[in-house]
Amino acid sequence: MSAAVGYAAVAGQVVVVGAGAPLLTGWMRQVRARLEGRAGAGVLQPWRDTRKLLRKEPVTPVGTGPAFRAAPALLVATTVVAAALVPLLSTDTPVSSHADLIVVVSLIALGTLALALAGLDTGTAFGGMGASREMTVAALVEPTILLSVFALSIPAGTTNIPAIVTGAVHEPARLTSPAGLLATAALAVAVLAETGRIPVDNPSTHLELTMIHEAMVLEYAGPDLALVELGSQLRLTLLLGLLSSLFVPWGIATSASWAGLAVALVLFAAKLVLLGAVLAAAEVFWAKVRLFRVPELLAGSFLLAVLAVASSYFLSGAS
Amino acid sequence: MSVIPAALAAAAVLAGAGALAGIVLPYRLRIPAVGVLTAGVGVGGGTAGVAALGGSGWAGTFPGVLPLAGAAAAVDALAGLFIAVAGAVVAAVAVYGIGYAAGHGPHGLGSRTAQAVLPPFALTLVLVPVAASVSTFLALWELMALGSLLLVLAEHRERASVRQAGVWYAVMTHLGLVLLLAGLALFAAGAGGETFTALRAGAHTVPPAVRGLVFVLVALAFTSKAGALPLHAWLPRAHPEAPSPVSALMSAAMVNLGIYGLVRTGLDLLGGGPAWWWLGLIAVGGTSAVYGILQAAMASDLKRLLAYSTSENMGLVLIGVGASGLFAAYGDRPLAALALCAALLHVVNHSAFKALLFCAAGSVLRSTGLRDLDRLGGLRSRMPVTAAFFAVAALGAVALPPGNGFISEWLLLQSLIHGLAVPGVAVAVVLPLSVALIALSAGIAAAAFVKALGVGFFARPRSDRAASAEEAPILMLAGMGLLGAACAALALVPGLLGGSLDRAVGATGLPGGGAVSGGGLEVRLTGISAALSPVWVVAALTVALMAAVGLPRLYGRRRRRVNARLWDCGGGAPTPRMAYTATSFAEPLQRVFDDVLAPEQDLDVTPVRESAYLVERVRFQRRVSDRIEHRLYEPVLRALNTAGQSARRLAGGSVHRYLGYGFAGLVFLLLALAVGW
Repeated sequence: MSAAVGYAAVAGQVVVVGAGAPLLTGWMRQVRARLEGRAGAGVLQPWRDTRKLLRKEPVTPVGTGPAFRAAPALLVATTVVAAALVPLLSTDTPVSSHADLIVVVSLIALGTLALALAGLDTGTAFGGMGASREMTVAALVEPTILLSVFALSIPAGTTNIPAIVTGAVHEPARLTSPAGLLATAALAVAVLAETGRIPVDNPSTHLELTMIHEAMVLEYAGPDLALVELGSQLRLTLLLGLLSSLFVPWGIATSASWAGLAVALVLFAAKLVLLGAVLAAAEVFWAKVRLFRVPELLAGSFLLAVLAVASSYFLSGAS
Repeated sequence: MSVIPAALAAAAVLAGAGALAGIVLPYRLRIPAVGVLTAGVGVGGGTAGVAALGGSGWAGTFPGVLPLAGAAAAVDALAGLFIAVAGAVVAAVAVYGIGYAAGHGPHGLGSRTAQAVLPPFALTLVLVPVAASVSTFLALWELMALGSLLLVLAEHRERASVRQAGVWYAVMTHLGLVLLLAGLALFAAGAGGETFTALRAGAHTVPPAVRGLVFVLVALAFTSKAGALPLHAWLPRAHPEAPSPVSALMSAAMVNLGIYGLVRTGLDLLGGGPAWWWLGLIAVGGTSAVYGILQAAMASDLKRLLAYSTSENMGLVLIGVGASGLFAAYGDRPLAALALCAALLHVVNHSAFKALLFCAAGSVLRSTGLRDLDRLGGLRSRMPVTAAFFAVAALGAVALPPGNGFISEWLLLQSLIHGLAVPGVAVAVVLPLSVALIALSAGIAAAAFVKALGVGFFARPRSDRAASAEEAPILMLAGMGLLGAACAALALVPGLLGGSLDRAVGATGLPGGGAVSGGGLEVRLTGISAALSPVWVVAALTVALMAAVGLPRLYGRRRRRVNARLWDCGGGAPTPRMAYTATSFAEPLQRVFDDVLAPEQDLDVTPVRESAYLVERVRFQRRVSDRIEHRLYEPVLRALNTAGQSARRLAGGSVHRYLGYGFAGLVFLLLALAVGW
């Protein structure tokens, strides 16, 4: 019985992230369009795009190799495995003992790496440019992410995400402590950078010279492009979900029950809708910063993460 | 007779036979004979090491071998780990080396000298950890340094830069030897004996100030051998200029011995020490890691990139060793054991992937004659197997799952993250910074190896020589296959090493934590838990990958792939000259770290004769030099030069003056004796 709930929870996480990712993107575009005074294409548009692309014929640009062809599937696969591990719906799943925060972060980085190699594999100037920029940003984000992981794992005594989430559910004071708030802020900036959102990158840009992510995937078409798009949508959903699990953990089922799972599902959707709306609204007012100002932004988030660890240590030591 | 001495004796005999074969045999027979015998040395060493890791030990003395003190030998599990790693690397690289040297003609690595030196050098790599007295250790250490020096110089006829690298290496390795000699002599004098047993027993009678001095001296020497800052300058010169199999041996086996020496003296013989030793070591490791990988990310010479990456990985290992000593100093011995276990596991992983990387770079070099990434490219279709091996090893080097480097870095991060349980403000400041440095070095390593693989092997060839590359011969591929299998095994089932690692850690007196076992890795200390099972991660990734490939195919209607032109902005097919090069790939990172790297650039605009406004030629040059070398070494070299010049004035050529010097010296000595005693 409980094992069945656990497996259902894992399957649910994968399906919700998989099916919900295009919807979340559609929702964010719609919010943005309305705020900018446009009608918008509707929430379902990304799904329609995906369907259209999947039905086109697969195209291989001449001069590309296996890395170019394997990267989209690898990008999707790493995100799906991460989605199965992160406790988005339930902390009591058969895989929860393997759900290590460092592993999840590294899996996401593996997806980035695969796409950067694909960008270089095309041998075009834009592919290389995108890959180079993406790897630079990824390298600079890494310290922030791991220090936030450090700050989060101090009170829990582990880097296991379900244990961190369970601890926060039972002891909400951890989240409102200075360490918790600082780590939230640091991780939020890191998520913006990892998912290529404004102010780090503009996902809807059409000018190649300002592109980061889009420049890498310029050569993709048809079903491959569908997978690449789906991969970045999945990644956005997963990372926002991870952020919500870590800092707004209420509602996540901590024991194996069908009712708890149903509540968790509804609350997860509500949290993501809210987070997506906030992010989309913020993007209306922000501008993309210059590429060489991005390190300053990331250095700021790194400082927040250092402060999170320091306050976590010194404040807990004083009490 | 137990296995260990028998295997070591066999290795020694094979090395002797190999040296003889290198001298006596004609060119055609020389290379295969020496290769097989060297591989035998590796297998012998590997057997001894595995036996020692299995729990058996051995000790022996040979009074007649060295003058005065004789030689002492002992093998415990810690020595066994390093012997086994060195043996395995030697065996695989020797097989690779047969194929490599055969194509190079009777000069370079195939020459009589190089082939005669190779087996004894391999033997010293295996034997250094066996030494159990100061004199034996120093003798073997110096033999190893000389052997590697001769091998670095093997291609001195072909490139002038080899000779320069040789001079740097010779000077720096002997500077290390002097430091080591001073440190260990001081230690032996204080402890009242020069065998390791006597040192271990007498360590607590040495005054703390002397212990501190001993540690600083030997740590400088050993970190220099490991390629850590600030005495690293030899490594990025010698490793790229050596023939590739020798680079692999140096980078994957020789630098490890620096770590071995540090663990042996610092944790075992000296029995640990105060916190400042280890904080210093962590600082050295952290700066080496970030500085090394930053230089690697800037390098466009493939072998130089790999050499700097060695600096980075040894830096990570030093962070682990330093954290271990720090935790032990504060009394948390289980955590200290965990940190040391992580460091040792990283040594093993680094040896596997770095040997493979150097071998793959060597087969590129052999086939194209190029090390410059800016002129390579497109090798994945011309040399598919080499490219695949390079990719496997690079996955290990970037420390991402499912690579083998990820596992040891995960364990290292776990030990550091949980280190805050140890009291002390210094710990609370240093550990988060170390985690940040490890994270930054991992991030930049990803950029560096994406560059190496993506620019060097993918895209289209950027020069004719890269376009006409040919796959390496079968023996080279076989050697790389052995190393590739080791990488895969370490990545998938690190649990096989579990008991051995615990015994190696136990040899330093720390309790083995059982962190690595059967199915994967599990950290269980009081109040701390974490688990990682690499096999499950790989299985899940495989299933997800199959789903991601399969599901769209089921849905899609057209399955046949069609070819299309690359998007060319309507301006005709893009040429390879338009592709991103290694230099352009590294440019954003270089701009971000401008203040650290301080690149020198030079812009030279030549106008046409008729008008100053029309440009005929623009020459732009940029060089990222090693800034630490610039700032730290050049003043010392200048000072030495000045001192030498002024000392020449003392020797004016007059015999009277020389007799005067002798007389003055004698008087001074007599006065000193009369006053002092």
